[in-house]
Amino acid sequence: MIKKFKSIFNRVLGKLFRRKSGVKLGFYGPPNAGKTTLANRICMDWLGEEMGSASSVPHETREIKIKEKVEIESDGKMLSFNIIDTPGIATQIDYEDFLKHKISKTKAKKRAKEATKGVIEAIKWLDNVDCVVVVLDSTKNPYSQVNITIIGNLAARDIPVLIVGNKVDLKSSNLKKIESAFPQYDVIGISAQKGKNIENFYKEVFRLVK
Amino acid sequence: MLSFQYLPHREYAGLDTEEKLKKVFKIVKKDKIVLMQGRLKPHEEALLIEQTMGQITKKFSGISFCTILPDQNGKGKKSDGKVPLVLKNAFYNVFMKNRDTLTIIGPANLVKEIRKNPNRIDLMMN
Repeated sequence: MIKKFKSIFNRVLGKLFRRKSGVKLGFYGPPNAGKTTLANRICMDWLGEEMGSASSVPHETREIKIKEKVEIESDGKMLSFNIIDTPGIATQIDYEDFLKHKISKTKAKKRAKEATKGVIEAIKWLDNVDCVVVVLDSTKNPYSQVNITIIGNLAARDIPVLIVGNKVDLKSSNLKKIESAFPQYDVIGISAQKGKNIENFYKEVFRLVK
Repeated sequence: MLSFQYLPHREYAGLDTEEKLKKVFKIVKKDKIVLMQGRLKPHEEALLIEQTMGQITKKFSGISFCTILPDQNGKGKKSDGKVPLVLKNAFYNVFMKNRDTLTIIGPANLVKEIRKNPNRIDLMMN
């Protein structure tokens, strides 16, 4: 009860001050869903520079990356965001999986070790974000426990959530499946790589912040 | 041979989060699949992932886990009975304490993936 009250109190206080310092917008999701691609798209749109490197090899982002004071405009309104790109959350990391992507054994082991630390860091950062965009790959089954755990933890912390179904440009994309998996949340379909539906994504982010 | 170990609610109900997770890891690291009556709280699930990451070695590559909720198919739908679904769920949460939920936790070297579609659970074995 006290914890809940504290969380609401912090949230109200946070709302009063974050407009100046920037809304801390976290990007969460499983590996390879397109979190960094989306963060890059936003940074390119509003800063003219990318945030980090994206790759088809899982766990490309292995540490928290922050871009501060990203001024985004939507429907004539302007808001300042601190974009927080997090490593993909997974329950298992096997260096041998990286070998399939033609990475040397030494590098694969190093990548696996860094990835485990990245997952821990991403989970710890759940306490430091104001709002979260959960990025899911719309070509994959959304009923994974990682997705449920992330969203469950955000709900328990009263953090506003927008679910993004990414990769809607692909034939196997199934946004309806995400909508039926998480009916209590707003879901928007985009293609971060192709820039499809990005304007509506910005509108939804502004709605989330209010 | 594949081994499952049932973990009834009474066996972990009085334990704190650390003890609860310790119990789970003890079973999983014996290459057994835990069938847990009930479910972990959201912060415990997050801690389960955190602690799993902290324990990854060459031999232990992590876990696969999945929670099966009794009202999975009813979520987001209108109640077909006289009692609204929200009330039904609230009743379950208060009196059943999620005991009619089942959590499956297996070592990743055995269970590569647990695929959950609302009506079916598939354990993809390694």
